[in-house]
Amino acid sequence: MKRIVPIGPYHPLQEEPEFFKLIVEGEKVVDLEINIGYNHRGHEFISQTLTWDQVPFLVERICGICSDSHPYAYVLAVEDIAHITAPPRAQYIRTIIGELERIHSHYLWLGLAGHFIGYNTVWMWVWRYREPLLDLFELIMGNRNHYAINKIGGARRDILPEDYPKIREYLDLLEKKNAMFTNAILDDPVIRGRLENVGVLTKEDAIAYAVTGPTARGSGYACDVRKDDPYDAYDKVDWDEIVFEEGDVLAKAKVRLIECNESIKIVRQCLKNMPEGPIETRVDEIPSGEGIGRHEAPRGEVFHYVRSDGSNMPVRHKVRAPSYMNIASNVIAVKGYSIADAALVLAAVDPCYCCTDRTFVYENGKKKYSGQDLLKLSWEKTEKIKRRYKK
Amino acid sequence: MANPRLWGLKKSPWVFHVAAASCNNCDIEILDLLTPRWDIERFGIVLVGSPRHADALLVTGVLNRKNLPRVLRVYEQTPKPCLVIGIGTCTCHTHMFESSYNVVGPYDKYLPIDVYIPGCPPKPESMIMGVVKALKRL
Repeated sequence: MKRIVPIGPYHPLQEEPEFFKLIVEGEKVVDLEINIGYNHRGHEFISQTLTWDQVPFLVERICGICSDSHPYAYVLAVEDIAHITAPPRAQYIRTIIGELERIHSHYLWLGLAGHFIGYNTVWMWVWRYREPLLDLFELIMGNRNHYAINKIGGARRDILPEDYPKIREYLDLLEKKNAMFTNAILDDPVIRGRLENVGVLTKEDAIAYAVTGPTARGSGYACDVRKDDPYDAYDKVDWDEIVFEEGDVLAKAKVRLIECNESIKIVRQCLKNMPEGPIETRVDEIPSGEGIGRHEAPRGEVFHYVRSDGSNMPVRHKVRAPSYMNIASNVIAVKGYSIADAALVLAAVDPCYCCTDRTFVYENGKKKYSGQDLLKLSWEKTEKIKRRYKK
Repeated sequence: MANPRLWGLKKSPWVFHVAAASCNNCDIEILDLLTPRWDIERFGIVLVGSPRHADALLVTGVLNRKNLPRVLRVYEQTPKPCLVIGIGTCTCHTHMFESSYNVVGPYDKYLPIDVYIPGCPPKPESMIMGVVKALKRL
């Protein structure tokens, strides 16, 4: 008999309002319906009423976690229209902030994934070492989140030479702690039991659903804008693209953990080779035309399309966020697994509804299990595996 | 003891987190409050999973047409008396989303908000201070 388990829109599992309808037979999930649109604020519309330099502040507020990615892609798109390139120092600054943001976002996901499987220790430890990074952001840009570093034709703030040692100091700490987390997660039989062979997304499905970012790279599909179409300082530094073949939740976690190491590498090289000079070029006017900007956000490729008619504001601004494709792949990944795994699998793509919710409207469903029950089911499964290993 | 519920609320407020159309930043900063550096659970403030268990609602983000009825329903489910704490500049007015076609307007048209905590996002310190001020007012 088929039953429906609703998750959302307001649910302790989720930070953001979204609605999943799990269609289950007994314990097994047979289908999934996704319903988004609770977060729709009309960014593309508002963007067309603001001037070129105001838009970065708006697109920054599409999403608070990838709040560097959207302005980054927008700025690249406008620079594409005006045929300007940022001065080298600005390019390095943007790259550094982009990579630091990746570390903060991956740590955020890792902590939440730990929470979902009932390992609050993982959550607390990981977020503890994310905190100094937010201090670093505050030091460089004056705010813990919403950095406002991107500007058409350059960067808004400089990274002062006296701040370099502080950044390096944090990177040293992080490198040690990242090794600790990687070992802790890969060696723990219970975490392995929960993550391994769960929510498998095959390479064929990954390509068919056009997933991007760590979700694709965890399924053996190498796609990374930083490698495929390098921008700013990404082709001037040496780093590796992390790809795992398995496609399960563990592979996605491994991709994210090891990517943090690569980010540390990139930031170190950028700090070492940071050129001197101005941090912005003068931009007098944006000619008519159209341009695109792509940036590899922590969740995948962010794509911005901007059209100009030569006036002081964009006439069309289109945003495509990575979670938009990644969420759709949940339909495949969650099928055939138990309800206890569903919470984890749905979270494995690191969904970001703030980024995604710009177009959809659907109907709401009925309530059966409460949200807390679902979280409890997930925690009980971890306990079961724990008991099995104790014997 | 005039009102036992009010007494319970002041001792250890249990909070439920309602994200309307927010950018996620305030929500993450709320979760940050639970982690080792801030650790508000030592004051008895617990994030709960259901509005029916909550003494206070933490609302973030702007209200839009789709989530307005749901946010109101969450408010109706919360036992009264309850505190409503608006976190972020979005809850103070509509921030930069005023001209949007989908945003229905500021919170105070629909919900009685007790404390506004401005900031985009507010720092965890100011969130703690806001909650303390709200409790003092009771």
